[in-house]
Amino acid sequence: MSGIPHDHYEPKTGAEKWLHSRLPVVGLIYDTIMIPTPKNLNWWWIWGIVLAFCLVLQIVTGIILVMHYTPHVDLAFESVEHIMRNVNGGHMIRYVHMNGASLFFVAVYIHIFRGLFYGSYKAPREITWIVGMLIYLLMMGTAFMGYVLPWGQMSFWGATVITGLFGAIPLVGEPIQTLLLGGPAVDNATLNRFFSLHYLLPFVIAGLVIVHIWAFHTTGNNNPTGVDVRKGSKEEAEKDTLPFWPYFVIKDFLGLAVVLVIFWAIVGFMPNYLGHPDNYIPANPLVTPAHIVPEWYFLPFYAILRAFTGEVWVVQFASFVTGGIVDAKFFGVLAMFGAIIAMALAPWLDTSTVRSGKYRPQFKWWFLLLVIDFFALMWLGAMPAEEPYATFSLIASAYWFGYFFVILPLLGVIEKPDAMPATIEDDFNAHYGKKSDASPAE
Amino acid sequence: MFKKLVTGAAFALAMIPAASFAAGGGEQHIEDFAFSFEGPFGSYDQNQLQRGLQIYTEVCASCHGLRLVPIRTLSDEGGPQLPEDQVRAYAADNFSIYDAALDEDRPAKPTDNFPVNDGVGAPDLSLMAKARAGFHGPYGLGINQLVKGMGGPEYIASLLTGYTGETKQEAGTTFYENTAFPGGWISMAPPLSDEQVEFIDGHANDLHHLSEDISAFLMWTAEPKMMDRKQAGLVGVLFLTLLSVLLYLTNKRLWAPHKGKKQH
Repeated sequence: MSGIPHDHYEPKTGAEKWLHSRLPVVGLIYDTIMIPTPKNLNWWWIWGIVLAFCLVLQIVTGIILVMHYTPHVDLAFESVEHIMRNVNGGHMIRYVHMNGASLFFVAVYIHIFRGLFYGSYKAPREITWIVGMLIYLLMMGTAFMGYVLPWGQMSFWGATVITGLFGAIPLVGEPIQTLLLGGPAVDNATLNRFFSLHYLLPFVIAGLVIVHIWAFHTTGNNNPTGVDVRKGSKEEAEKDTLPFWPYFVIKDFLGLAVVLVIFWAIVGFMPNYLGHPDNYIPANPLVTPAHIVPEWYFLPFYAILRAFTGEVWVVQFASFVTGGIVDAKFFGVLAMFGAIIAMALAPWLDTSTVRSGKYRPQFKWWFLLLVIDFFALMWLGAMPAEEPYATFSLIASAYWFGYFFVILPLLGVIEKPDAMPATIEDDFNAHYGKKSDASPAE
Repeated sequence: MFKKLVTGAAFALAMIPAASFAAGGGEQHIEDFAFSFEGPFGSYDQNQLQRGLQIYTEVCASCHGLRLVPIRTLSDEGGPQLPEDQVRAYAADNFSIYDAALDEDRPAKPTDNFPVNDGVGAPDLSLMAKARAGFHGPYGLGINQLVKGMGGPEYIASLLTGYTGETKQEAGTTFYENTAFPGGWISMAPPLSDEQVEFIDGHANDLHHLSEDISAFLMWTAEPKMMDRKQAGLVGVLFLTLLSVLLYLTNKRLWAPHKGKKQH
């Protein structure tokens, strides 16, 4: 499938041939899991498996939770407590689901930043990248709606604030907001449609995950050097690759197991650490929490949303030019979604012909700064909207956009890349030594 | 609908200070009490939970409900673990429940939850120990929660011991100065004082001890399955660690034929 020459499934017995000529499903599975994979993949490449695991984990625990949950404003909070107190193992399932969302986002952020560093978004993997970004957007939507379901204070007010963002869109905003909420304000109709969509979207994600995998199985995996696998002949390709099964499955499972040790320790010993205490207070439309904070994984983009206030000259300029259509609130919304769109556009903004950041001496530093910027935004998103945080947020947001729209296009022009290994085999041998050199024939 | 609005308003009143708490009033003082259930291996002290139950019943229950807690769970393992006959007697002696089928009040049974009590607008305490965080820092990063825990029970105990004795009148309500409460003034009169509750075994009953006991009990009402959870956590961590080791060895063996020795 990958354009890399490799062995394909050959039906041997009569039954296999019978099935294969009617439905080549075994061949499909075989080709998928035996895909030739660059043998120099490092540990940053384990997160795909972790993400696949998370999706399954969330769907399975979610389906069980739905058996006991009641999507109604008067009963939702109580039904969650019912799960926590009366359902056999319910407290563990809920804590796993709750923290599973966090694991999902930890994994997706590392996965995305890995792609950004090693240039996995570059040709010919743009579709993989775009589909990945769509999955990420759907994940955010799913997680947001899931957080509303327990119907605690932060659920309710988070829903109010975030759906309010859509209301900021000129002309169509208010109808969209009303449609999202099922009425003028967050209420039972909102809870019900969020519940419905929270159940639906993971399956859409699962579908897109298949497309994501299909896309990179067509192009082949990227690898830490960014150097292409040699595809001239099967013998040549085999010098650069090893089949996904068993080499990378076992390696990825090892990574997954270590990640799960930490995950399980959090679930077992501090399951509420990543949550917010206010969500153990039942939703109350009459009392606004003084400090509405989204879950940690939204904080960087929440910081960007809040950074662009009416005092910022760019915002004033935009408002002036558009005759007031783009006001501060709408600008913030545009900036927040723009920050994600900027990532999605990376394949076309990055002008460098070198794929991997490993061989880009200047890029490395700008990338490191982007990672720091991401954490800074995350922290700022949790801080109150006041000085000095407002200024910091603005600087950090500016860097986020600067990285994608200025630095990436410019670097490709001015940067002189380092020497790269000619083949993946060379890179692998440089790390581990050539087998024949290390153990001479006896 | 009206009832919903009224309960909503009651909650609103109770929540205003809680809300300002989230913003992080600088002058709040939360003492780091040492509870037996802290840390991965900490467990509830059964005697302490029973004392806490007694304090709740004799003092707190007059204003606060525990509407989410089934009375039968008092006999659950890992909780106060009262014998079932005692739980039955406790329920019947202390609470009456409105029974819709009989259209009248009847003595509570273990299968009932603790009754709702929103008579004076006091917040329900079922989840209070999880609905408050005692610690936030440094710089709002919440890192100290890793060391000290979320601080819910610490917040409750600090609040109960945090009255300064000052009062003020505002809009017909008396407020009491409290060093743990956000904003510094709370409408709840000091509920506990030295030797207010007598324990059958003569356990220390000064304010500090009483506050600690009731906070531990409220942690249990908020997180009744904590012992189960920590056990599952420990078993899971051990097994996953073992799995990691096995996978490490498998992986090493698997890759060995394709790797030479490192040259440098």
